[in-house]
Amino acid sequence: MAIGKKKSSSNEFESKVYSKKMTPGKVVIYILLLFWLFINIFPIYWMFTFSLKSNEEIFGANVAGLPNEWLWSNYSRAMNTGSMGVYFLNSVIVAVVTILITLIAALMATYAITRFKWKGSKPMNSFFMLGLTIPIHASIVPIYVILINLKLTNSLTALIVPYSAFSLAMAILICTGFMIEIPYELDESASIDGCNRWGIFFKIICPLMKPAVSTVGIYTFLQCWNELMFANIFNSKEEYKTLPVGIQGLSGAYTTDWGPIGAALAVATFPMLFVYIFLSRRIQDSFIAGAVKG
Amino acid sequence: MGKEIYMKKTASDRLNIFLFLLPGLILFIGILIAPIFLSGYYSLFNYNAVSGEMSFIGFDNYKEMFSSNAIGFMKALGNSLLLAALSVFLQLPLSLGLALVLGKGIKGERIFLSVYFMPVLISTVVIGQLFLKIYNPSYGILNIVLEKLSIISADNHPIWLGNKNTALIACFIPTLWQYVGYHMLLMYAGVKSVPIELREAAMLDGATSGQVNRYIVLPYIKSIIKISVIFAITGSLKSFDLIYVLTNGGPLHATEVPSTIMIEMLFQRNRYGMGSAIAVMLIALCFVFALIVNKIFREED
Repeated sequence: MAIGKKKSSSNEFESKVYSKKMTPGKVVIYILLLFWLFINIFPIYWMFTFSLKSNEEIFGANVAGLPNEWLWSNYSRAMNTGSMGVYFLNSVIVAVVTILITLIAALMATYAITRFKWKGSKPMNSFFMLGLTIPIHASIVPIYVILINLKLTNSLTALIVPYSAFSLAMAILICTGFMIEIPYELDESASIDGCNRWGIFFKIICPLMKPAVSTVGIYTFLQCWNELMFANIFNSKEEYKTLPVGIQGLSGAYTTDWGPIGAALAVATFPMLFVYIFLSRRIQDSFIAGAVKG
Repeated sequence: MGKEIYMKKTASDRLNIFLFLLPGLILFIGILIAPIFLSGYYSLFNYNAVSGEMSFIGFDNYKEMFSSNAIGFMKALGNSLLLAALSVFLQLPLSLGLALVLGKGIKGERIFLSVYFMPVLISTVVIGQLFLKIYNPSYGILNIVLEKLSIISADNHPIWLGNKNTALIACFIPTLWQYVGYHMLLMYAGVKSVPIELREAAMLDGATSGQVNRYIVLPYIKSIIKISVIFAITGSLKSFDLIYVLTNGGPLHATEVPSTIMIEMLFQRNRYGMGSAIAVMLIALCFVFALIVNKIFREED
């Protein structure tokens, strides 16, 4: 059995290189790949269908097919009962401001670490890299205590500042990978032209760091877009809830009515997947840069 | 060469270095480093942040954490280690298999890759809510399919998340579903970076596809596999979102993980000292496991 299997897979390797012929081994591989594809897509498809159905259809008449009657009203119910619009907006604000703060701090720190010659640059880099392994739990109690004392619970700041801090290590890691690729001759000639360190940073380095900016941006965006623990604990008022917390609350309001929950899940999911269709390679590259450059 | 001349030190550079580092350092020290020490400090107290009561009790929180069945930390730690083992021995091999097949170059490679990675982009809360529906005893798609296949009978639908024997596995499945694509993507990037000459040379020497993977590709992507193992283990230790949405530690504490206990101590019982002790223990465990994995991979050489 094992030998037979090996033989077919070796045939398959040769056929890959020497011809495009379909071998039995290749057919098996395609069946497995398609099966896993189905496993990946089906739950999302099912979520979409039940977001548009009535309970009668979901619970028996039409479990997995497309809706017989497309109930778009589920979406308006989801939007009106909870404040999905507010949650969505909050999530966007938190993500965008977090990305800005993270980027500014990371670009500046990376510049100090990679473009100045000083004894502490390596240890400083290692120090920041500690952040890659520190879990978000580390600061939950102290930050909560501080927030209570400053009366800052129930504000978007309560999320933005910790999210920026926890995104920083990865951002510096990514920025370093890109910044050391920029030739030092550029700094040098700018310096000869009378540009000081800050001028070089803003006029030479920052414009050349665009690829790093998008990589860091995508990575940081997804981190804070999905975060639940801090968002759930620090902000309990409706007007400061982010999307994950809001959806969690909405599901409590509609325990038996599946359609509106499905609609809320779809609203939180499909914009992201829509962007992914167009930027799939970019988004994938961000994750690869984040993990592999280390 | 240019680097040497340009990188001369000037007096104002000291100040500039400091200024460029300042925003990062404030954030990093203020939100990550100082709180670790503060957590360590709080963990030595019987501390209620709401009422402000604070009394020093030494290491009593830690002693209680490891010995008290009422708190159940050991059980929770066991659960998260089980999740870690499932991730390393089930999820990662699956990811690796997909990465090897796709990385070798196959028709439709990009489409498979992009779809497999898609669940990573979906919020964990959404995935949790979706699987609550999938697992629903009466109307969930899982039981309906199993009934159609005659694996279960119509009058005896299993309650996957409500039964303490199946709840933890049921919590693991969505994690697997979500993150196989993530690890696959990292490994795929590694497989793609293997120089084509290496593959060709091995193939000309008569190596089979399996041998090429075993002796050329795997050693080449070892550092990526190491990162995946570290992420899988520390991710399991820290797991919170999905468990919180699916079971919140229930039924009968069957799916409790350290994070759910920590949150309960903090926000249901106002035991901030104990919550801090659990947080400190989690940080230490993540750190220790990362070191162990590093060491194992180094000894492999």
